[in-house]
Amino acid sequence: MNTHDFSFAGQSLQARASGALFWPAQGLLCVSDLHLGKSARQARLNGVQLPPYDVEDTLARLDAEIATTGARHVLCLGDSFDDLAAFDDLPQTAIDWITRLQAGRTWTWIEGNHDPGPVALAGAHLARYTAAGLTFRHIATPGEQAEISGHYHPKARLRGAARPCFLIDETRVILPAFGTYTGGLRCDDPVLTDLMTSSALAVLTGRQMLVLPMRQKRSGRASSSAGR
Amino acid sequence: MAGFLPTLAELADGGHDGLHTLYVSPLKALAADIKRNLTGPVEEMGLPVRIEDRTGDTSYTQKRRQRADPPHILLTTPESLALLTSYEDAPRIFAGLRRVVVDEIHALAESKRGDQLMLSLARLQTLCPGLRRVGLSATVEDPPAIARLLARHPDPCAIIEADPGPAADIAMLDLPDPPPWAGGGAGYAIPQVLEAVKQHRTTLIFHNTRAQAEIFFHNLWLANDDGLPIGIHHGSLDRAQREKVEAAMVRGELRAIVCTGSLDLGIDWGDVDLVIQVGAPKNVKRLIQRIGRANHRYNAPSKARLVPANRFEVVECHAALQAARENDLDGDPRGPGPLDVLCQHILIAACSGPFDADALYAEMKNAGPYAGLSRGDFDACLDFCATGGYAFRAYDQWQRLKQRDDGLWQLRDPRAAQLIRMNIGTIQDSDLLKVRFKGRGGKPLGEVEEAFAASLTPGDTFLIGGQIVAYQGLREMVVEVTRDARRKPKVAVFSGTKFATSTQLSARILSMFRDADWPFLPDHTRDWLHLHRTVSRLPEKDRLLIESFPHDGREHACIYGFAGRNAQQTLGLLLTKRLEELGLDPLGFVATDYATLIWGLQPLTDPAPLFDLAALEAGLDGWLAGNAVMKRTFRASATIAGLINRNMPGSRKTGRQATFSSDILYDTLLKYDPDHLLMRITRTEAMRGLVDFDRIRDMAERVQGRVDLLRLDRVTPLAAPLLLEVGKVPIDGAGRERLMEAEAAALMQEAGLNAL
Repeated sequence: MNTHDFSFAGQSLQARASGALFWPAQGLLCVSDLHLGKSARQARLNGVQLPPYDVEDTLARLDAEIATTGARHVLCLGDSFDDLAAFDDLPQTAIDWITRLQAGRTWTWIEGNHDPGPVALAGAHLARYTAAGLTFRHIATPGEQAEISGHYHPKARLRGAARPCFLIDETRVILPAFGTYTGGLRCDDPVLTDLMTSSALAVLTGRQMLVLPMRQKRSGRASSSAGR
Repeated sequence: MAGFLPTLAELADGGHDGLHTLYVSPLKALAADIKRNLTGPVEEMGLPVRIEDRTGDTSYTQKRRQRADPPHILLTTPESLALLTSYEDAPRIFAGLRRVVVDEIHALAESKRGDQLMLSLARLQTLCPGLRRVGLSATVEDPPAIARLLARHPDPCAIIEADPGPAADIAMLDLPDPPPWAGGGAGYAIPQVLEAVKQHRTTLIFHNTRAQAEIFFHNLWLANDDGLPIGIHHGSLDRAQREKVEAAMVRGELRAIVCTGSLDLGIDWGDVDLVIQVGAPKNVKRLIQRIGRANHRYNAPSKARLVPANRFEVVECHAALQAARENDLDGDPRGPGPLDVLCQHILIAACSGPFDADALYAEMKNAGPYAGLSRGDFDACLDFCATGGYAFRAYDQWQRLKQRDDGLWQLRDPRAAQLIRMNIGTIQDSDLLKVRFKGRGGKPLGEVEEAFAASLTPGDTFLIGGQIVAYQGLREMVVEVTRDARRKPKVAVFSGTKFATSTQLSARILSMFRDADWPFLPDHTRDWLHLHRTVSRLPEKDRLLIESFPHDGREHACIYGFAGRNAQQTLGLLLTKRLEELGLDPLGFVATDYATLIWGLQPLTDPAPLFDLAALEAGLDGWLAGNAVMKRTFRASATIAGLINRNMPGSRKTGRQATFSSDILYDTLLKYDPDHLLMRITRTEAMRGLVDFDRIRDMAERVQGRVDLLRLDRVTPLAAPLLLEVGKVPIDGAGRERLMEAEAAALMQEAGLNAL
């Protein structure tokens, strides 16, 4: 299976192998933590020049997901830009690309901790977005119901391989980071285990989507390298 | 000592101001030891000479004072020296420098640390044109090659050979029990090792990896009924703990020290009269170096005993014994100096002040490893340091180095110097996490690899510094543990450097296999080889033997390439790729120094097409690109070249702020900029490092297409130990995805969860 379809707060949602979340009833494609301009920010701050292809790669994957799902509404769930100055450093080609993607569909930018303000791009700039009982915001709020967020870049290990993953329980969904240059936080970190209920699932992205319990009784088994 | 006589003679009249002699050694401990041994006589003679050491362990205030007022003799390491040359006041620090003494030069010459040192020496030569260089070593297989490395290119270098002293007394340790078929622990030999310790004053017990040293030390303690004082010493232990062991050794309080390469080199610790090498030495030079640790006095023979850890190592130890007795040293010639180190030195030069590219190029060509450096390669490295060197020119505004109007290059932002200085060096320990006891101010114990820490679950026990501890959790990138009194640690392995058996030793073993009998081998090993010859045949030097047999419901193929662990591993990767293409469903493989064992669903019937060298090499390029070995090599080179920083100003990165992985950078470059300088460096490095394709090529040339496939009905004596080897590599194909899927399903069921 290349998508993981699940029911959440009365809605049918689809976690995708790319790390994007699709809501067919609304035609809404949600991606989190693009961190566009991360390489430029690194060069500006400490002189280290990472391969400057992260913007192109991230946009190419987003482009493909929009095309595949035929999304009518794209919602970027915060930390879309590595900082506000990184937005200013984006090459014109990237701005043009985003503008082209925005044509003919609704576009929502949710604020993140890295990009806490509106940028000079079309689309709605919001702190949170609510539709049909679901709330989209960047950072999960403890106690909230029917909430979809990002921020933590969760990842999980299985048979020695660490992959970005969705975390899903009855009350919330946390998305993996969609950006190319993004690290991850192990899903057994207390920050995440405190947020999620005991029946939470980790849904791994990658070539093929895999579903496993977020809490493993013996992580030794899951992370032991594969034998024969 | 002798290396310092000219220095002391020149300094005796007290007329020299500032630094006179720089001593560089590969080990911090060696610098500290030489300081001790030199200071004594100098004080006794009342010479007006100040001697200090400067390493990563030297305090900040001491370092500052040394920069302001350098001693006459400074004892240091290549990394600390490179850091010194990066300061703006380097010309003042080194003013008056006359001599450089490089100790244990063979050890440095084998690695990038040596390349870095030679670049630093080229810099010093520019600052102090009259500088004289001296290299010291007791184990050099090719003195002219080392001389070319050390001397200012193209100046000549005199080679002086000292009297080798009496022949060493080396033999196998007498052991009543046969060693196990596989593994590296050598626990079966504990009683005899303990007995040997009792019969000598001080024994050094060498191991090839830190994990093996830990396990052996643990077992030694359990059997140490007489309570002999025995210590452990290796590079992952906390410095305070290492120093305690060193001091106890100097005072003669220890009867034995279980150790690794951290005690390989010329430290004169106390009265060592026996060296025990546990596990095959893999390389004759290392064996001789270790033997030399016993009776480190002129004219006294060294005594050493070998303990093979498994059956095949019995054969290998005997081959090494023969080679050591004939003083037949091994060593593969090193190629030209790698460009990642050159990039780092361009950045170091920029830290010390604006530079002229032509002058820097001329200076670097004076370093032996870079004598053949082309201007094109130098310019590519300079461009990488300045702009990132990407096909897509993105960083015009945020260049790291900028060319000024007068043509000189300098840092765009002088504050960047701090980050560069913090990351000087070429040593690539994989990412290490500190281990300490839980609680406020918990005692530091040492370090473990991040990957090892990631595999632990709270409550898991492991060994460190000879103690069993229980993992409690990871806090701010520190592994917190508590004491655990259990007798058996649950997890006891952290990986370490694995050396490949040298070409020369492998060739000796193959020659040995031609003999009709091996009267010098113990019966258990002798019978094993005879049995193998009866049911199959022994591998030969100029043919390639492949055995094919069913076992445990799978088809197996065992390829006896004798190309060393790394090359056999690469061979496994390449062959399974070909097998997958041919639809033979390989499921995994495992490699040792002498063979690769592959298992899968279909039997191998026609090996000839698999061993076409051109096809293998072509496959290497396309397929290895996505391989973990390449990613690991990339990580090392990108770190040395200054693209990835191990240390950041302020605190260490925390898990919360985890950045992208180097794998992602590699994948991105592969996709968008495959010809980038770092990708070029990675390919070159991998081919001669972890991939070791050179030895596959050697094997193919040796064999010349003479491949023998034997179809057998069961596993053979030589192949059987491979089934027990750890480090099996699963094939990351469709099969693996199926396995992951099955495992995920099993976990869901175990947890009683259904997809929401």
